[in-house]
Amino acid sequence: MTALPLLAIELSYWQATAIKLGAVLTVIPVGSLILVFVFLFKMMSHMQSRLGPMEAGPHGSLQVLAEAGKFLQKEDIFPARADRAVFGLAPVVVIVSTFMLYAVIPAGPDLIVEDLDVGVFFALAVGSISVIGILMAGWASASKYSLLGALRSAGQLIAYELPLVLAVVGVVIQAGTMSLQGIVHAQAEGEIFGFGLIGNPFILTQFVGFVIFLVAAQAELTQTPFDMPVAESELVAGYMTEYSGFRFLFFFIAEFGSAFALAGIASTLFLGGWYMPFVPDGLLGNLAGPGVLGVKIMFVAFLIFWMRFTFPRFREDQLQAVAWKFLIPASLANIVVTGILKVVM
Amino acid sequence: MGLVPGAVKGLGVTLKTMLKPAVTVQYPHVKEAPPTRARGVIALKEENCTVCMLCARECPDWCIYIEGHGDKAPPRREGGKPRTVFILDRFDIDYALCMYCGICVEVCPFDALFWSPEYEYSEVSIADLLHDKNKLGEWMGTVPEPPPLEVGAAAKK
Amino acid sequence: MSLTANPAPVDWQKASYVASQAADARVNVELETEGMILNIGPQHPATHGTLRVVVRLDGEEVVWAEPVCGYMHRGYEKLTEVRTYPQVTTLINRIDWLGHFANEVPFILGAEKLMGIEAPPRAQWIRTIFFEMSRISNLTLFLGDMGVQLGALTPVFYAFRDREYVLNLMEAATGGRFHPNYDRIGGLKEDLPRGWIDECHGAMRKVRTFCDEMEDLLMGNEIFQTRTRGIGVIPASVGLDYGLSGANIRASGVDWDLRRDEDSPLAWKEVDWKVWTHPDGDSFARYWVRLQEVREAASIVDQLLDGLPAGPIMSKVPKIIKVPAGEVWCHTENPLGEMGYYIVSQGGLGPFRCKIRSASFNNVSILPWLLKGVYVPDVITILASLYFILGDIDR
Repeated sequence: MTALPLLAIELSYWQATAIKLGAVLTVIPVGSLILVFVFLFKMMSHMQSRLGPMEAGPHGSLQVLAEAGKFLQKEDIFPARADRAVFGLAPVVVIVSTFMLYAVIPAGPDLIVEDLDVGVFFALAVGSISVIGILMAGWASASKYSLLGALRSAGQLIAYELPLVLAVVGVVIQAGTMSLQGIVHAQAEGEIFGFGLIGNPFILTQFVGFVIFLVAAQAELTQTPFDMPVAESELVAGYMTEYSGFRFLFFFIAEFGSAFALAGIASTLFLGGWYMPFVPDGLLGNLAGPGVLGVKIMFVAFLIFWMRFTFPRFREDQLQAVAWKFLIPASLANIVVTGILKVVM
Repeated sequence: MGLVPGAVKGLGVTLKTMLKPAVTVQYPHVKEAPPTRARGVIALKEENCTVCMLCARECPDWCIYIEGHGDKAPPRREGGKPRTVFILDRFDIDYALCMYCGICVEVCPFDALFWSPEYEYSEVSIADLLHDKNKLGEWMGTVPEPPPLEVGAAAKK
Repeated sequence: MSLTANPAPVDWQKASYVASQAADARVNVELETEGMILNIGPQHPATHGTLRVVVRLDGEEVVWAEPVCGYMHRGYEKLTEVRTYPQVTTLINRIDWLGHFANEVPFILGAEKLMGIEAPPRAQWIRTIFFEMSRISNLTLFLGDMGVQLGALTPVFYAFRDREYVLNLMEAATGGRFHPNYDRIGGLKEDLPRGWIDECHGAMRKVRTFCDEMEDLLMGNEIFQTRTRGIGVIPASVGLDYGLSGANIRASGVDWDLRRDEDSPLAWKEVDWKVWTHPDGDSFARYWVRLQEVREAASIVDQLLDGLPAGPIMSKVPKIIKVPAGEVWCHTENPLGEMGYYIVSQGGLGPFRCKIRSASFNNVSILPWLLKGVYVPDVITILASLYFILGDIDR
């Protein structure tokens, strides 16, 4: 957006880009830290019948800042035989892949960094760049355990890309567009059997797709029950072993930033994104949009983390079996049914 | 109930627990009182001690250090011999070694040692964990009354 | 040195040992490309303590495994030689530290057998109550802990939360949460405090709720079942050959429980209870059997509390206990398996020699056989399901 029509200000390309960059760079750490606090510290604790951090700040809210500060002041360790350039670059690759996801998530009728026509396609493509980063991390650590963990992780992530993409295809068919802003409008203006009051959130018709997307997102984030690469700290310690200090913080922020982003994409695709019924477009829409999207993100993130804290983890081959033998056929069937219904109705 | 898959039931359990209050007691702001018989620290009643050394001998860790000397006390009746009594010079318990087994308390024939549920006496230096006679005497103030026994217990003779 | 002079006599044992080490080294060098040696432990979250399992891997599969014990050896059998009976009772609490009271019982029963004295019925009943409570305390931790090994973070917190009720009861009666040191030759140290029986009933209710929660949360979970069914199958004959005991062997279908099959002065014959077995012999079966055992233990405690006889808690014993000369073997069904003491007494203040048969030592001996051909993540499942405590292995 080179013009903010609401405020009637004409911005140059560079000014607009600077604002967008600033917004994204603020949202990502804040969003991931909020997720960490609410879900990792508090929700996990209450599910385990305990209180979580309580001392730093009211109800432990500043604990997250303390954790970030702790990571930042740690010694930057390089393994002796590590490939320094690749070792240093790997966390950057992973976090850049996360940052790029935020370029297409709409937070309001006009609040989007760039409304690409191929928004969903771009998001999924860019999200899979992190696999390269993980392989780089495992390779450059110069430890056979890290390499094994990285290879397993890469195998898992690539296997679960397919269900993720296929689940989204059903939504794209129903909305008729790959642009995320377009998908939100399709849900906002849709009707449920002629009843148009709350629009037509695609979760009602694409419920199978929603479930598949959530499960695949869980695997993409290497959360339990799919966290064999990370919880290999049973035996080997995964691709993140040799990282300490702020490099590890990059991986950590990338994980929760991706969780925030994937939850955002899921809310946009299935729950209607920033759309709230009865809120008009314009300034009010742009002010309320982020809040509404935030609430929906919290709901989806709640589902993701709820599964994480309840279930044990799959073994690597069972994990692949779930992806290939169960999720992909289900998502293919979903696409076929959606396609038929779209043509027929 | 065979229709609900086990995974979903598990999710229900965690959700229910999340909605119930947490069981955590926030020490040190809130402190739970230990039971009466809790073995926290050993207190010494000096006037009962006759320096028989049974506690020091029976301790599995040899963490009790006792020194005493004999002295003559006036006779009980007129014209009798002066009695020998033993005065306690030093009675130290090294809590760095103590196993909290309670053998010393049990074995003392003169009821000079008592259990107290006090547990907050950690020190910064190990040497401070050697409690001397005076400190052990101070712990006597924290010794509770023994609790009444359960129904069906034989009466104490 | 001339060739015809008398050569030094050959120590054949030493020579063959050296030769076998050399052969092994040669094999290791040759096979280096095929086998990666992985040390699981001694510091490792999956082994309950300092157990080291050395495995040789072929890709993902274990080709050879060997447990190396001894990192926690505390010299118990030597200690018992130089301690008196009350002191030994204190120390042996710490062998299996999760099933605390259960360690004291076979030793005290053995000493009582040698002395020819019997504790009064109230003491035997309370001993049984505490024995079953130590079983609950030990096995509830297992139920949660197996979840953690498999990645489920939440069940272990429920386990610790609900164990607290049992530990608080032990503290109320004995003064110690983890090391009660409550059993004495001839009875118990002191009687229960007032209100203990009602509180105990309440705690057993909570234990039963916990078992139901574990069944819903962990055992019924399809992921858990996929991870444990068919993993680490121990056939009954192999298990018996290796000396497995406790839930490990009952999960392979062997109906053997010392509480029922052995004549013991403790009060198990007075109550109505059942021995649980499972035919499969895999990790799931071991989990299932232990879950049922916790429920059964709670039911036993409830029945014992209801029928607790009144009376003295200690029979007449001399102040200084000297057990007459003799030898006795006494074993019980401890939470981890069969634990026994072979006490040799020469009439002194303490045992002359005490051999401790601990359950986990034999349970761990099956690992070389069991871990062959197993995938690496399943090694963790198997170690978790066999459930050993390091203090019990190494003593």
